[in-house]
Amino acid sequence: MNSGIDLQGTFIQSLSDFGISTELAKVLWMPFPMLLMLIGATVGVLVNVWLERKISAAVQQRIGPEYAGPLGVLQPVADGLKLVFKEDILPAKADPFLFTMGPILVVMPVFLSYLIVPFGQNLVITNINTGIFLWIALSSIVPIGLLMAGYASNNKYSLIGGLRAAAQSISYEIPLALSVLAIVMMSNSLSTIDIVQQQSGYGILSWNVWRQPVGFVIFWISALAECERLPFDLPEAEEELVAGYQTEYSGMKFALFYVGSYVNLVLSALMVAILYLGGWSSPIPIELLSNLLGVDPTSSWLQVVDASLGISMTVLKAYFLVFLAILTRWTVPRVRIDQLLNLGWKFLLPIALANLLITAALKLAFPTAFGG
Amino acid sequence: MQIAEGVQLVTFAILSVLMLGAALGVVLFANIVYSAFLLGGVFISMAGIYILLNADFVSAAQILVYVGAVNVLILFAIMLVNKREDFKPLKNGWIRQGSTAVVCAGLFALLSAVSIVTPWKISTLTPLASSVVPLAKHFFTDFLLPFELASVLLLMSMVGAIILARRDFMPDNISGETSTQDSLTLPERPRELAGK
Repeated sequence: MNSGIDLQGTFIQSLSDFGISTELAKVLWMPFPMLLMLIGATVGVLVNVWLERKISAAVQQRIGPEYAGPLGVLQPVADGLKLVFKEDILPAKADPFLFTMGPILVVMPVFLSYLIVPFGQNLVITNINTGIFLWIALSSIVPIGLLMAGYASNNKYSLIGGLRAAAQSISYEIPLALSVLAIVMMSNSLSTIDIVQQQSGYGILSWNVWRQPVGFVIFWISALAECERLPFDLPEAEEELVAGYQTEYSGMKFALFYVGSYVNLVLSALMVAILYLGGWSSPIPIELLSNLLGVDPTSSWLQVVDASLGISMTVLKAYFLVFLAILTRWTVPRVRIDQLLNLGWKFLLPIALANLLITAALKLAFPTAFGG
Repeated sequence: MQIAEGVQLVTFAILSVLMLGAALGVVLFANIVYSAFLLGGVFISMAGIYILLNADFVSAAQILVYVGAVNVLILFAIMLVNKREDFKPLKNGWIRQGSTAVVCAGLFALLSAVSIVTPWKISTLTPLASSVVPLAKHFFTDFLLPFELASVLLLMSMVGAIILARRDFMPDNISGETSTQDSLTLPERPRELAGK
């Protein structure tokens, strides 16, 4: 298995050749991937909003956005600009400091989690050893921001919405973490790179979704609940709570919530792609193809093709899941709060525990197939 | 390693100031909600200090457990029971505050004396790439008993919390009087209490 292109190594090497110390070169390198990831995540949101509008239109037999740009692709940009220029209203009896901190606390952990999303062997901001665990830990900060926003708005609907959001994300974090744990047990590592490596042996056949079908479904349901997507969007259920914790927000602060929810959706889809659908590895392993065609696997153009294929595979898988999420949103009705909590605690949690135990047993029984 | 050390020092300074400031805020704010939110800040800065000590797993666990669970639970408790109530200023209230300050200052002096006197051993080993495996080895060898005892303790408290929340064994009105239908409460289907 060759390591593919290493942009960081090349960059540092070329700067060192100019006489700059290796350390300084590393510092100079750091902003690039971070900036790229920020831009990528933001563009992802724009694509997502456009997809949401178009797919919802198709589901309801409408046309959807059409005039802003070809096929309405500029509509999300127009939406964003509108939100930027809207007046930033602070309710008279709201708590000004907490009111501003709430949306920030909701958005920051989500963007931070992009640190560990790999798009290739070396195409990741940091390959830390606690990768996937860091994501779970960071996503547990979000409810505090929601509670803060709900409390600071000084509004009954906001407070109930914030409490609901926190209750929901705490309940669904447990099945989520348990299904991740089963994957971690199979790949013997918390690092996202290792998790993808472990499923890259035989193309589509070695993806974790075949070995963890139950875990896949649990993870996807819990991820949707964590993102507050529609079957589970109780914190902002319009008929009951106006708009939940967002009721009093407008302008850029509302936009932060909006961006945060979509970035979180893309992040969850990326995580499903990494954990269960083989991450950047293509359905047919590229080594097999290069062997068949008789191409030297270390040739530079093949590595470029490999890297771009990896990025497009990851994004394709993630957007397929985003498509499923949008389709779910526009076809499935909203559940009630008691149904939501019952599903989480009485159904998903026991199944996730059983899944974990069965995975452990299978790992002991068939160490070759389940990562000994 | 000049830049790396400088970054470490600056980060440590920022984290310490953040942590001390947030901790003082927890104690000194009159508004309990501010205190609860600042407690989250204390926990997060502690996680940052763990990262500086190369304890990556512990820092992530710190965020997950303390920020994501304990602090959210505290906030829940505050927001569900928070009554807006004006407290009357106590007579001779300064005695309480003064004695609290004295006790706290004494504790602080004691702890700082201990931390100065103790000869801290600084390990010269190169930090491990991952602290997960050594942690797990400790948990299942020499720290097995405390680890298992802690989980049993958590299980016990969970069972206790569930029993309290279900109220199966604690009928609501012990004196046996009939339920009074207040004019302001919504009509509700009468619920069978298992203890009756």
